[in-house]
Amino acid sequence: MTDTINAGITHGLYTEGEPIADTKAPAGPIAQMWTTRRFEAALVNPANRRKLDVIIVGTGLAGGSAAATLGEAGYNVKSFCFQDSPRRAHSIAAQGGINAAKNYKEDGDSVYRLFYDTVKGGDYRSRETNVYRLAEVSANIIDQCVAQGVPFARDYGGLLDNRSFGGVQVSRTFYARGQTGQQLLIGAYQALERQVAAGTVTTYTRHEMLEVVVVDGRARGIIVRDLVTGEIETHLADAVVLASGGYGNVFFLSTNAMGSNVTASWRAHRKGAYMANPCYTQIHPTCIPVSGEHQSKLTLMSESLRNDGRIWVPKNREDCDKDPRDIPEEDRDYYLERIYPSYGNLVPRDIASRQAKNVCDEGRGVGPKVGDFRRGVYLDFADAIERLGQEAVSEKYGNLFDMYARITGEDPYKVPMRIYPAVHYVMGGLWVDYDLQSSIPGLFVAGEANFSDHGANRLGASALMQGLADGYFVLPNTIRDYLAKAPFEPVTADHPEVVAARQSVQSRTERLLAINGERSVDSFHRELGQVMWEYCGMERSEEGLLKAIDLIRGLREEFWRNVRVLGAADTLNQSLERAGRVADFLELGELMCIDALHRRESCGGHFRVESQTEDGEALRHDDEYAYVAAWESTGGDGFGELGTPVLHKEDLVYEAIQLKQRSYK
Amino acid sequence: MNLTLKIWRQPGPRHQGSMQTYKVTDISEDMSFLEMLDILNEQLNAKGEEPIAFDSDCREGICGSCGLMISGKAHGPEKTTTCQLHMRSFTDGEVITVEPWRANAFPVIKDLVVDRGAFDRIIQAGGYISVNTGSAPEANAAPVPKPHADRAFMAAECIGCGACVAACPNASAMLFMGAKVTHLSELPQGQPERDARVVSMVDQHDHEGFGGCTNVGACSQACPKGIPQDVISTLNKDLRAALRR
Repeated sequence: MTDTINAGITHGLYTEGEPIADTKAPAGPIAQMWTTRRFEAALVNPANRRKLDVIIVGTGLAGGSAAATLGEAGYNVKSFCFQDSPRRAHSIAAQGGINAAKNYKEDGDSVYRLFYDTVKGGDYRSRETNVYRLAEVSANIIDQCVAQGVPFARDYGGLLDNRSFGGVQVSRTFYARGQTGQQLLIGAYQALERQVAAGTVTTYTRHEMLEVVVVDGRARGIIVRDLVTGEIETHLADAVVLASGGYGNVFFLSTNAMGSNVTASWRAHRKGAYMANPCYTQIHPTCIPVSGEHQSKLTLMSESLRNDGRIWVPKNREDCDKDPRDIPEEDRDYYLERIYPSYGNLVPRDIASRQAKNVCDEGRGVGPKVGDFRRGVYLDFADAIERLGQEAVSEKYGNLFDMYARITGEDPYKVPMRIYPAVHYVMGGLWVDYDLQSSIPGLFVAGEANFSDHGANRLGASALMQGLADGYFVLPNTIRDYLAKAPFEPVTADHPEVVAARQSVQSRTERLLAINGERSVDSFHRELGQVMWEYCGMERSEEGLLKAIDLIRGLREEFWRNVRVLGAADTLNQSLERAGRVADFLELGELMCIDALHRRESCGGHFRVESQTEDGEALRHDDEYAYVAAWESTGGDGFGELGTPVLHKEDLVYEAIQLKQRSYK
Repeated sequence: MNLTLKIWRQPGPRHQGSMQTYKVTDISEDMSFLEMLDILNEQLNAKGEEPIAFDSDCREGICGSCGLMISGKAHGPEKTTTCQLHMRSFTDGEVITVEPWRANAFPVIKDLVVDRGAFDRIIQAGGYISVNTGSAPEANAAPVPKPHADRAFMAAECIGCGACVAACPNASAMLFMGAKVTHLSELPQGQPERDARVVSMVDQHDHEGFGGCTNVGACSQACPKGIPQDVISTLNKDLRAALRR
């Protein structure tokens, strides 16, 4: 086993650089670290704060809450989003809930248990110190949101209600029906708009960040395109925060919004910010299955459905095209309950996803055939409806049932839903230290855009928690320490680095419009997505990944020669916007494959066929791979050349938790 | 199915717009309306014609980006967002008109894309609860009776798409404002600013050029989230009470 795993270490695709020695987490016991860090962080006198400018890219849970909080503190904040309003950031689409160690149910929850569950759920590939802090501030988030008027679910006594989510055995998830993300984001958005009215925050909507300005080694601003007028603008500041979300759209089909992209992160990566664990993609088990070729995106059904829905497929292949209601109980395989008796349908997302794929690969999938396979399993509420009544089920999940009915044309109260895994969230992202600072001083990264808290797999209801923890509580404390070192050397728009950054944006735009080839942007994106899903999706192999790298390189070469982008630069031009994003996805895709290739172990959602146990479970190799893979860019021409990335390893040190092989049986 | 589309094309805010006719063929009933437009755009691109600009992002009915007048109805014939409208709601051979939201307060940017910044400015005028980060009391310190919590939630479901404005013959944004005012007024946390909030938001609404409400009810008919018209009654009640005090 070890021989195959170690065979052909690099294939010449990357080189190895210096390890990352220090994450800047303070010394001392883990429960004291955050208190210590906050105390040690230097203060900025209120009179000096208004002289300091902070740029925040993205207005989701992390960016919106950070902008509001820094605005309240008195800094000059400029907030950017590509949508027409900050309220439309993709955090709004999160459905199920937000975790917090409130222990309102008195069911044994605690900060330590939330921390433990998250590290274990992430398959011991997250950074212990950051996760502990996340668990620690989780309870404050709920207080903050309730005070803002977020209408969380309540019981008849008027107190907050909770439910449970995959990968845990306590009820610690706060929710607002199936629209928790929307309600939390509206809370952050309203806090942000309050600061706009107060004059501390200026919002730039329909603006896309296309470059970071780095002067004397520090992030000092960004270059953006006004998506309405096409004007390329320079915005300078004392610090820059990227809260620009995840890059799951590299797969084309995903649960991400159409506009979600990697450009802000990728441009920063090209300017020196390390990209960590890029191949860690979360595949979500409960999506509505693909129905045909035309599809532009996949729709998620909240994981909370697994609280009451039972997942099954027919025991016999012959039954797969039958009406599920005609299949008797003894011919059904409730495979999660069978294989994982203690967690049952509530196993973590990576396990539920992989088992769904396995039963479909065995030919026991249900629903229409896509290609030669049926890609779907039943999520059945018949038992729950009998036990609780249709009204109670509808009270809990009504909007999800309505959405399912609208998309599929089937009534889930009568016929079991069909679900299948789909790309949902990325755990990889820009590398940050304990302060959420990237490898470029002055460039901070928050929320899904950073890599730190979820390891190789994210537990349900943790994304919202991380976004708001970073934005409300962590970043405002740590960035203060950085800003206390100001004033920095003044930078003006005619500084050579600023001029160069503008020029590179301009020349990329001109080049994209000048190619005038044969193929649409979308056709490239779809093809890239198919390669990524096939070879760097739920299951990866050395052979497949090498093939994918070849295919991506070919596709990228063709893109820069043969893409057709119509319209002009000085107007709203959605094809041009997409072309720039797809160009960056074409580079990121290759780095994801290189990262997946070098990690010859299975962990979390990253299943390497070469590394599995005898009964087909993921097999980790802690002795070799208990590290974060942080990739440094080595340049290239900016038109599709990736160069040879350099791998920097950050050892994952577990002191508060013992590394164990995961078991949910 | 095969369809004839009459679509509003307008190169920019200062340009004259006009309806253009396009044919699309082989449309599957499982496609969403926007996926059908994606296919049309791919065809236009292949022919060297600039694709039609329209807003969409999440495509699962929650971000509120999308919104088209489809054959004269905001978001089309079903009570849902344009992105969740599927082609099974149309018949083979149908002629469909597609236009942007129509309201003076929502100027057209290009083709089917409008500027809804006025909604953000209404929220800036008071559509929030003033609480600084870190100064919140324990979450269970103020219990909220379930009926209030449920009504607050119902109102908070507004996605800010603007269909209410587009459907209203007066282009009034009272349903949008009523939803926000009701959401915050139902909660104990929303009480201290209740009066100031409603007065300031209504002022901003009028300043933006939205029309007045004459109880037509088209707004709640068009609302993809089913926000009921009685949130406007709450808004009016709160406004009267605030002006009396």
